[in-house]
Amino acid sequence: MLDTIGASTLEDLYAHLPEDVRFHGALNIPAGKSEYEIVQYFRERGLENANSHATFLGAGVYHHYRPVLVDAVVSRGEFLTSYTPYQAEISQGTLTAIFEFQTMICQLTGMDVANASMYDGSTAVPEAAMMAMRITGRDGVAVARTVHPEYREVLGTYTRHQGVPITEFEYDPESGQVNLESLEQALNETTAVVIIQSPNFFGVVENAKQIAEMAHAKGALLVYVFTEAVSLGLLEPPRDADIVAGELQSFAIAPSYGGPFAGILACKGKYVRQLPGRLVGETKDANGNRAFCLTLATREQHIRREKATSNICTNQALIALMATVFMALYGKQGLRELAEQNLAKAHYLGERLWRRFHGPYFNEFVAATGVQSPEEINRRLLGFQIVGGLPLDRFYPELRSSVLLCCTEMSSRADMDAVAEAFGA
Amino acid sequence: MISKVRQHPTQNETLLFEISSPGKFGYQLPELDVPPVDARDALGAENVRQEIADFPEVSEVDVIRHFTRLSTWNYAIDLGLYPLGSCTMKYNPRVNEAVARTEGLIWIHPYQPEALSQGAFAILAEIERTLAEITGMDAVTLQPAAGAHGELTGILLVRAYLETQGNSRKKVIVPDSAHGTNPASVRMAGYEVVNVPSNDRGMLDAEALARMVDESTAAIMITNPNTLGVFEEHITEVARILHSKGALVYMDGANMNALAGISRPGDYGVDLMHLNLHKTFSTPHGGGGPGSGPVAVKRFLEPFLPLPRLLHAPSGWSWNYDRPRSIGRVRAFYGNFGVLVRALAYIMAHGGEGMRRATLDALLNANYLRKLLEPHYEIAYHAPSMHECVFRHPSTGAIAKRLIDYGFHPYTVSFPLIVHGAMMIEPTETESKQELDLFSDALISIAREEREHPDLLLRAPHSTRTTKVDEVAAARKPILKWGR
Repeated sequence: MLDTIGASTLEDLYAHLPEDVRFHGALNIPAGKSEYEIVQYFRERGLENANSHATFLGAGVYHHYRPVLVDAVVSRGEFLTSYTPYQAEISQGTLTAIFEFQTMICQLTGMDVANASMYDGSTAVPEAAMMAMRITGRDGVAVARTVHPEYREVLGTYTRHQGVPITEFEYDPESGQVNLESLEQALNETTAVVIIQSPNFFGVVENAKQIAEMAHAKGALLVYVFTEAVSLGLLEPPRDADIVAGELQSFAIAPSYGGPFAGILACKGKYVRQLPGRLVGETKDANGNRAFCLTLATREQHIRREKATSNICTNQALIALMATVFMALYGKQGLRELAEQNLAKAHYLGERLWRRFHGPYFNEFVAATGVQSPEEINRRLLGFQIVGGLPLDRFYPELRSSVLLCCTEMSSRADMDAVAEAFGA
Repeated sequence: MISKVRQHPTQNETLLFEISSPGKFGYQLPELDVPPVDARDALGAENVRQEIADFPEVSEVDVIRHFTRLSTWNYAIDLGLYPLGSCTMKYNPRVNEAVARTEGLIWIHPYQPEALSQGAFAILAEIERTLAEITGMDAVTLQPAAGAHGELTGILLVRAYLETQGNSRKKVIVPDSAHGTNPASVRMAGYEVVNVPSNDRGMLDAEALARMVDESTAAIMITNPNTLGVFEEHITEVARILHSKGALVYMDGANMNALAGISRPGDYGVDLMHLNLHKTFSTPHGGGGPGSGPVAVKRFLEPFLPLPRLLHAPSGWSWNYDRPRSIGRVRAFYGNFGVLVRALAYIMAHGGEGMRRATLDALLNANYLRKLLEPHYEIAYHAPSMHECVFRHPSTGAIAKRLIDYGFHPYTVSFPLIVHGAMMIEPTETESKQELDLFSDALISIAREEREHPDLLLRAPHSTRTTKVDEVAAARKPILKWGR
């Protein structure tokens, strides 16, 4: 090959680079390892983490069972090692699966259009906010304090330099739901968007319908955020929202220390031209057969450059495929039963503890720890190989002695009894 | 002659919603070990939905057949060369998939006690260290979820730094050969985009650039090698020009596969850059993602990196949130950890010398293809190629579709935009000579077909189960979900 090129050594291939840009040293990275050594290294690191602990952590990342079939499908090289499906004729597998994904997200959320995925729930939120600003021509953002604190931080990072005024509105200390008076005060004629999460960060279900009415009365859009996708199996879909931004991690996507996950962005049909990210549409091939392709690309960066709706290019396609397989396996009946199990488990534990809020809750709730500190309780639980809930003072200084607990279909009755006991219940 | 493929039947398959039939299911849940709860009582009747209309009802066998059938309609690296330029479609080692599913890595919760996450910290610290070493930078954030996310993070870092210098400035310079993500990211960070044209050698013109840069310039975003596969030879001069006006040099590292082990941007004036772990570091593209876009910076930018940062103490690792000058969070949690694990496995398998060797092989394969194709296609720029080469041909789209009949995924079509009829080819180092020869033979054969049977190209591909897809109709009347 070198002869064909007309070079005598491999190094000749970059001999044209100026001397001062060439690296002459050796990279300080140990010599290449065998497959066995690599597997051992990661096995050892894994053993330094929590292993086979039960967990009651939720807060945006949920322990749900992952059906074996999910990895079987996404491990197929044709899905795993293909690129973004720009060449439709040899990408119909990925395109068809994304079309099914878009459809199921619409069925779950009550929206008309869903894109092919965002990085995660947290980055879907600022994208939704910016979308609402483009639609309304306004720039004010009102966000509930019960939206995941890290999502709100990301919203702040994205919007800070665009001169976007962000107003946070309060929750009701009794119900744990949005405080409607606080919301009313946050709204004015420059408000582009109201952002709520349901179930919210405290696990409490919000009254989306009423909040939508308040937002719409002021000419603002409502963005409905969810972090626990399983809730959609049981909860009324957010039809009153204009945009839904969510996280699908609960759909057979492993916690994996926080990523990779898959975010979604869905909206009313009339807003599709402002929706960022990839979209797959149905069409026909030259023989008249049904076919799919990426479409409405004039919204996207590779066509519109600085005038695009977003800079997003690579998304979370394979992770979205995990969620697609999950939704197919569980289906209409399974998703409901899964949601009902989560509800039953959380209420089994929740009704035995002193809950901080009385609003309706799905599979997470805030428990007061009484005279003990959250840390004391969690230390005791670790002795039983149980990771306890999230102490909330980290994000809400006013909620001292409060723990956010999550129960899923993977929480055993025995472990929940142990938690109740540690709380002194 | 087409020697790489011959046709075989593929299974037909309809959509999940069409194979669905009432009462079918593919899941099993354990029997509930606590009393059931009436959802309407617990949540309020108004909050409980009716059934999810039209949601699929299929069996486990239906599901595996459905997705397996769909998978056979895809092309993939596992089937052959995938020569998309600037996409670096190299082989994805399966050990990386295996280690990412290690029990103690896949099930860890981002909020579990730090003492129970020390293995994860060690992995993150090692990949930060190795990426800094490869780029010649001082610090790395692993948070960005993809290249474009890294770009946004990087430009926000530029802005935060310049603010501490008293003025965040107005504009960012972007060469006209750049990926569309660059100008889009600049806009999202609140800057104006100023395009700078390439010269007749396909490079940035340092003199023209010097005239554009002034005190309102925040930074330049430069892809190196650029999307023509050409190394920006004046990079040191470019950096001097920017720095003399107090502006920064951001490098888009999409093409780092041409440089790893032979050139470190941090050594010659680049202030910050992102990497695409799903390109250079072999994590699978997965039909469009997930990716990972770490940003590497020089020391003076470290205080601005996103929250949180790794912190090491004798007692162990922890997360540091006490970083008053940070730009804040760019996403929840700590990055696409599972992708980072795969990338570290790749780096470990190669070692420092192996990374260098992979780079040289990437240059070898690209230059070999260029040499084979040059007698038959017009090279866009004569400057030496690094890891990819760009030809021009008015029928680039049709040639690409005809390549499919020869058993190959097309090259990148009509990009970069500065080349009319661009054919952008990046073979990567993991392709054999045989595969490259087949690809070159195919393109040479197509050049002949174009002269002798032009209609053959116009209606290509001919051998796929789905023939030419009507993308115009899809956009004219969008159907974006299934309906009855």
